[in-house]
Amino acid sequence: MTKDAIVKEFEAIAGAENVMTSETDRHAYSYDAAVLDSVMPALVVRPETSEALGGVTKLCNDNGLPLTVRGAGTNLSGGTIPHPGGVVVLTNGLNRILEINEEDMYAVVEPGVVTAQFAAEVAKRGLFYPPDPGSQTVSTLGGNVAENAGGLRGLKYGVTKDYVMGVDFWDVNGEIVKSGSRTVKCVTGYNLAGLMVASEGTLGVFDKLILKLVPPAQAAKSMMAIFPSMKAASETVAAIIANKIVPATLEMMDNFTIRTVENFRGAGLPVDAAALLLIEVDGHPAQVEDEAAMVEKICKANGATELKVAKDAAERDAVWQARRDALPALAKLKPTCVLEDATVPRSKIPAMIEALEDISKKLDLTIGTFGHAGDGNLHPTILTDKRDKKEWERVEKGIDMIFDKALAMGGTLSGEHGIGLAKSKYLERETSRATLEYSRRMKSVLDPKGILNPGKIVGPKS
Amino acid sequence: MADINKLAHMFKELDDQLVGCMKCGMCQAVCPVFAQSGRETDVTRGKLALLDGLANEMLQDPEGVNEKLNRCLLCGTCQANCPSGVSVMDIFLKARAIMTGYFGLSPAKKAIFRGMLKNPKLFNSLTSMGAKFQGLFTKKVDDMLGSSCARFNAPVIGDRHFNTLASKPLHKIVPELDTPAGKSGIKVAFYVGCVIDKIFPQVGEAILKVLDHHGVGVFMPSGQACCGIPALSSGDTDTFDTLVGINMERLQSGEFDYLVTGCATCTATIKELWPRMYKGNSALKYDLAQLEKKTLDISQFLVDILRVESKEIKGGRGVTYHDPCHLKNSLGVTAQPRTMIQAAGCDFKEMAEAGTCCGCGGSFNIAHYDVSKKIGSRKADNIMASGVQTAATSCPACMLQITDMLSQKNAKMDVKHVIELYAESL
Repeated sequence: MTKDAIVKEFEAIAGAENVMTSETDRHAYSYDAAVLDSVMPALVVRPETSEALGGVTKLCNDNGLPLTVRGAGTNLSGGTIPHPGGVVVLTNGLNRILEINEEDMYAVVEPGVVTAQFAAEVAKRGLFYPPDPGSQTVSTLGGNVAENAGGLRGLKYGVTKDYVMGVDFWDVNGEIVKSGSRTVKCVTGYNLAGLMVASEGTLGVFDKLILKLVPPAQAAKSMMAIFPSMKAASETVAAIIANKIVPATLEMMDNFTIRTVENFRGAGLPVDAAALLLIEVDGHPAQVEDEAAMVEKICKANGATELKVAKDAAERDAVWQARRDALPALAKLKPTCVLEDATVPRSKIPAMIEALEDISKKLDLTIGTFGHAGDGNLHPTILTDKRDKKEWERVEKGIDMIFDKALAMGGTLSGEHGIGLAKSKYLERETSRATLEYSRRMKSVLDPKGILNPGKIVGPKS
Repeated sequence: MADINKLAHMFKELDDQLVGCMKCGMCQAVCPVFAQSGRETDVTRGKLALLDGLANEMLQDPEGVNEKLNRCLLCGTCQANCPSGVSVMDIFLKARAIMTGYFGLSPAKKAIFRGMLKNPKLFNSLTSMGAKFQGLFTKKVDDMLGSSCARFNAPVIGDRHFNTLASKPLHKIVPELDTPAGKSGIKVAFYVGCVIDKIFPQVGEAILKVLDHHGVGVFMPSGQACCGIPALSSGDTDTFDTLVGINMERLQSGEFDYLVTGCATCTATIKELWPRMYKGNSALKYDLAQLEKKTLDISQFLVDILRVESKEIKGGRGVTYHDPCHLKNSLGVTAQPRTMIQAAGCDFKEMAEAGTCCGCGGSFNIAHYDVSKKIGSRKADNIMASGVQTAATSCPACMLQITDMLSQKNAKMDVKHVIELYAESL
């Protein structure tokens, strides 16, 4: 088919107003939030119905066109950067919440529903959808499932995969594949829904998601503990867990991040503190009281110099505002901000912190460290200017060293940001040659023409 | 028309500001235009990427970029919420100036900005002629809102319900004023602004009544010109510079402690854009920076300086408040107008999404009425759902848009400037 004829086909399926081919429109879908080069797609299409989504998938396959599904484009590993000359399929025209079932505690949604809007809708019905990735005010549930997005509540409540009960998706032939169910238990066939989680658009195109909901905690208590060293703070994290307490959130900030946040907001953070822990316990009111008292004791036993417990909602908000400010405050310091998410078993947090300080000194890089200490998922944030070629070389070297350290400690390349384009070359290092080959064979059978988000996770077709 | 490489070179000057965008995409959560269309080119991240594409010679279609660039209300909500603190408004205004330098100004805008705005006397006499003859073309639709619509199919008016030009503009009612400070010991300069002067003179009269009531001296020079925002947002920096020059010449002919306006947009323009975007006489730079410190929105002046306080409410009329973007996003003024509504003895009720743009955006409303109307319609729904009789705000441009939207929905409510409510209570 000629290019014009293909465009007409897309228009016939999705409607002429939903097919974009101008240079300006295509350029606006050539990037995501990863610090990577942009790639121009040939066409952008925005299906508004399930049938149109299936039709678009089939049309791409029939014509061998690479297809990249895009929600809000907030990906930090390049998973939504299109393939050269490929098609970008937008999901924000498919943003309906189809069902919220209060009796059976699940919801059925289209992939383009915005995470925070969904969580708010669920909360209105007295239920709770815990995954809260940093981009939740714009990110889509389809994107969250495709990336297995995490968030602040990972330690106690788990991540997106723990809330996926089923995924209906289009295969490359435009046939609907159903997986999972609306029941708590289900062993019908392969766990294809599980396969779709973190598949980054390389195995199928999501049509509908069935998500698990839970009852919300009745009470919560937040506190901020101040430490004279990162070591003392990270040992406290390990001690809290060792005492069989699982806080809903357990976040850490280093001195550089504390100073930057204080400079940004002026909320009265202790700028001399070497480290901060932000902790929230939730559950039954009696349990919350109990656990808060124990956490306080553990913090003090491990050298906390000060502990502030939020007395009301306003004080609680202030605690979490400090954490929410971490990334924006750091981002304002330098033009480019590389946010990493290498993750280690939480007992290795003190060692990882030490390694990061070492890398920062050795390569003369500015690294602010904050993150989900409770689940071992730190966010070392390298501040730089990508136009400074010499420094950028050191940044790339630093990223390599962070991965090496994390893997040496039995950790993983990515806790929650995905592999995408940015980390596919490191995949074999964490897994094995056979793992990579197995994954590639699987993909080549399910997607013989290699149209589904090529280059992501398993790298270029070999 | 210059060649595209030269254009790229001009955009390269924005590079240091553009590189601050980390493409996180959080602006998608707050952009009113994106909320309607879902298109990346409508949201700030997309627009910045397009400018970056032009600067780095990745794009060949500046006209396409220009068209997308203009699909923006300049409401500043993205900037107020940007995690990496990108100076979005600054970039957009500079980019529009570069584009206008490259493509030239449209004949209509040239006639309006350079033929009319630059010459306040001509502007006044043309609009007063308009006020006499507008009845031939328009008819009243809602007496409460004071809105009219076109008598016959007129291209620019379309199906708008609009406020007509006042039969007597403020500069005819009160040509100029120079009164000494009274019991407050304070004297202010009153900058009127075009929309209050020509469409809502009653707002200007209310401000004068309130200032007199509080014993505040007023310096209101004649011959005030437009603040320049319509020209600047269309990239016409020449006209902008001329207008700032005329206004400064008028304002510097008197003495005052503060400058107050009743228009959110004029206040933000005087405070933020006059000192930063004026490229004329360099001797004025210092004076503009001094004026910035003295400039206040009228509610801000009354609450922060004169310490007007809210009153106990005794069954007053139900009033809700819409935050103009130029007060909330640009200047962070949100509490003071609400205090003034309560100081007027009204029963204040907060509406949903009070801080979301009404969709007017000055000339955006003219160029993109379809999008403007969708955004405004949501605003009207929120106002009506709050169950009050009166929608109040602090910007005459918002008043125009909200009147149009409520009138089309046959809402049977009125739209007032906050200061009108307070003046009525005195």
